Amino acid sequence: MKFIQNIFDATRPAVTTGKLKPLYPLYNALETMMFVPDHNAHSGAHVRDAIDLKRTMVTVIFALVPALLFGIFNGGYQHYKALGLLNEAMGWGQFFTLDNFIFGAWKIVPMIAVTYMAGLGVEIYFAGINKHPVNEGFLVSGLLIPMTMPIDMPLWMVAISTIFAVLIGKEVFGGTGMNILNPALTARAFAFFAYPSFMSGDKVWVNTTVEAGQTVVDGFSGATALGQYATTGSTSFGAWDAFLGLIPGSIGETSTLLIVLGGVYLIATGIGSWKIMLGSTLGAVAMGLLFNWAAPHMITESQQQFMSIPFYYHLVFGSWAFATIFMATDPVSAAHTERGKWIYGFLVGFLGIMIRVFNPAYPEGMMLAILFMNVMAPMIDHYVVNANIQQRLKRSKA
Amino acid sequence: MSKTHTIRKGLNLPMVGAPSTQVEDFPLGTSFAVNPDEFVGVAPKLSVKEGDTVKAGQAIFFDKKDARIQITSPVSGTVRAIVRGAKRRLDQIQIEADATTSYHDFGKGLPKDAEAAKATLLASGAWTLLEMRPFARVANPDDAPKAIFVNGMSSAPFATEASIAIAGREEAFTAGLKVLNLLAPKTVLSLHAEESAPVLTQATGVEIHRFSGKHPAGNTSVHIAALSPLNKGEVIWAISAQDVAIIGDLFLKGHYCLDRILSVAGSGINAPHYFRLRGGMNLATFFAANGKKGAYRYISGSVLSGQSIGAEGYLQLNSQQLTVIPEGQGTDFMGWVLPGFGKFSNSRTFMSWLSPGKKYDLTTKLHGEERAFVVTGQYDQVFPFDIYPNQLLKAVWAKDLERMEALGIYELAPEDFALCEVICTSKQPLQHMVREALDLLHTEMN
Repeated sequence: MKFIQNIFDATRPAVTTGKLKPLYPLYNALETMMFVPDHNAHSGAHVRDAIDLKRTMVTVIFALVPALLFGIFNGGYQHYKALGLLNEAMGWGQFFTLDNFIFGAWKIVPMIAVTYMAGLGVEIYFAGINKHPVNEGFLVSGLLIPMTMPIDMPLWMVAISTIFAVLIGKEVFGGTGMNILNPALTARAFAFFAYPSFMSGDKVWVNTTVEAGQTVVDGFSGATALGQYATTGSTSFGAWDAFLGLIPGSIGETSTLLIVLGGVYLIATGIGSWKIMLGSTLGAVAMGLLFNWAAPHMITESQQQFMSIPFYYHLVFGSWAFATIFMATDPVSAAHTERGKWIYGFLVGFLGIMIRVFNPAYPEGMMLAILFMNVMAPMIDHYVVNANIQQRLKRSKA
Repeated sequence: MSKTHTIRKGLNLPMVGAPSTQVEDFPLGTSFAVNPDEFVGVAPKLSVKEGDTVKAGQAIFFDKKDARIQITSPVSGTVRAIVRGAKRRLDQIQIEADATTSYHDFGKGLPKDAEAAKATLLASGAWTLLEMRPFARVANPDDAPKAIFVNGMSSAPFATEASIAIAGREEAFTAGLKVLNLLAPKTVLSLHAEESAPVLTQATGVEIHRFSGKHPAGNTSVHIAALSPLNKGEVIWAISAQDVAIIGDLFLKGHYCLDRILSVAGSGINAPHYFRLRGGMNLATFFAANGKKGAYRYISGSVLSGQSIGAEGYLQLNSQQLTVIPEGQGTDFMGWVLPGFGKFSNSRTFMSWLSPGKKYDLTTKLHGEERAFVVTGQYDQVFPFDIYPNQLLKAVWAKDLERMEALGIYELAPEDFALCEVICTSKQPLQHMVREALDLLHTEMN
């Protein structure tokens, strides 16, 4: 480790006083990433907890890794399956293969790299202007953004969406900690509305590029389960496959099992709010049951069918799990009060399922529900905190 | 019979270096000093000059805004030096002590009424032992407090135990309580649920309340919130049990003597135990005799809210304990990614949470850099008040006085945010922020 420290020591003069001064935020970010700095507490408490924002963010990244790896395998799996190159009888033996991994990684690793370069570029630029160190929030956003995209998303669209999200979603509000909307979802929403043909429909979720001699199997449809529901009222995917993740969808969203595993890790470490996650679960279940009850009263048959699916289908299809565990729990854009988190979480789940069922144009209701609740969260907090203020005033008058 | 209040939120820092209950005398030496900074809210104006001789209990400086509030010398001797900082700011008054202390005589006997009590307390400097809420500063003699809270159970790490501190001074403690009873309609004595010293548990003329739980269960703000929440316009005075005994002695003997029994603890002390020390004394020989060699942080007070004084510094006049812990040294390679078995954290993001009973040799390391507020719900774990800490701190940050007031800042002292500051992911200087906000509010209101 000494030699790394030596490199930093040798280059420090160049970025602190020399010509490369504008690069100091980048230098500082890299150095503090290699070494937690030797700063000591000088005011207030003389001892401090070992946790810092980097540790918090890396904990979320650890939680994302299983779903990401699965997404990489699934990228290849869905591709080769569409081309009819898989022997279905072999089951999992066909999934965790080197071919699948290489195919997925070839698509997904560049997306991750582009996201980090674009997002951190903006962050470092603003850190230089505002003269503050680079905040770590983007470490997580930069991984979340590609995980919410379809595998065939062109890299330049990923880059533009990311830059939009960091600029308009975060920096204009004052940077990390000040943003109203979840930056990762802002990027996804931007891509969704700016490039709809790359973000929705039944052509984007599975890569069907064929090489010489290959063809897509007859009757192949690249639609996601929710896409099928919205158009036909039924799906060809089983709930068990959806739970495990063997379905098309955004890169990181398919394996409910591994997402929940990440959620368990977030709850165990105390980084993700279990109140939001449980609230969203209750909200989604409540909406699902409400639909089951209301289904017979609907006019169109496809709506009747969509609304009468078992409530737990909503928890395994689409992005409910990913959104609930990794998106809704962003501490900055969620409700800040503990009581508010229950309300916020419940409404995220409740509205997300409602949008996905009622509006066929937006099978991905979770994204819109969370963005909407991001905007509403300060109001929820306002009422929660106001109750406390009123109580204090009342006591004071008594 | 007193009721036990259980405080459910909080954190006891798992530190090595707890003191044994043995009490030892240590020679006071001849070098003393007082730093006016210690007295929150006092704008110091000197009443002595270099070369003057003073007796113990005679004023060395007073508050410009209220000349009745005086800070007096802890020893008799000669004013050796007056140290000023930038803009002639008064930093330190150094006193060369006589071999034996001669005390200014304030007359023996308990006071007849509140006026007499106040007069002696103010003249002797003992008044500064009383801290007021709101604002957490030296009490204002013109206020009519609704109660006086005597703290017999500090819960800060390695805090001095009241029963050890006042052992042998039972008479003085009882007399002190009688004096306080003249000043307010009600005196509350808060004790740990397991306290068994009769002088505390059988104290008369006071309401006794017992508290259990982790720190800050022993903070006076917690006791006030549980028993008599502070509303706007109300005032409560707070004092420690040991300082009540000092007030008792002032009236019984006529002397103002700042000898205290203090817990001296932390991993930088060879054999942590209790010592009889005097406020204002120079600690260089003391640390040389009892401290370990190396880079240490010498703290007059607790690790949570004390003042760093250096190896050759002076004990603060009204410190209730002394702590010495190692200074943090060196960087930490990839510390934010590695499992971290040996790192203390209140979160469960380091593997160390798998060994819950473990004690740590905590250093002064900040473990990171200052960042914006990001994480929510973290402070709530160690903040046992019906107050929203994040929202209040944001109001403090924005200097929004009305909102701070609405959110309950009057009920708090900076020390109540100490644990929040310890566990803060964003390494924000919370106690400093709250201190400034309280001072700002006080300026605006007076």
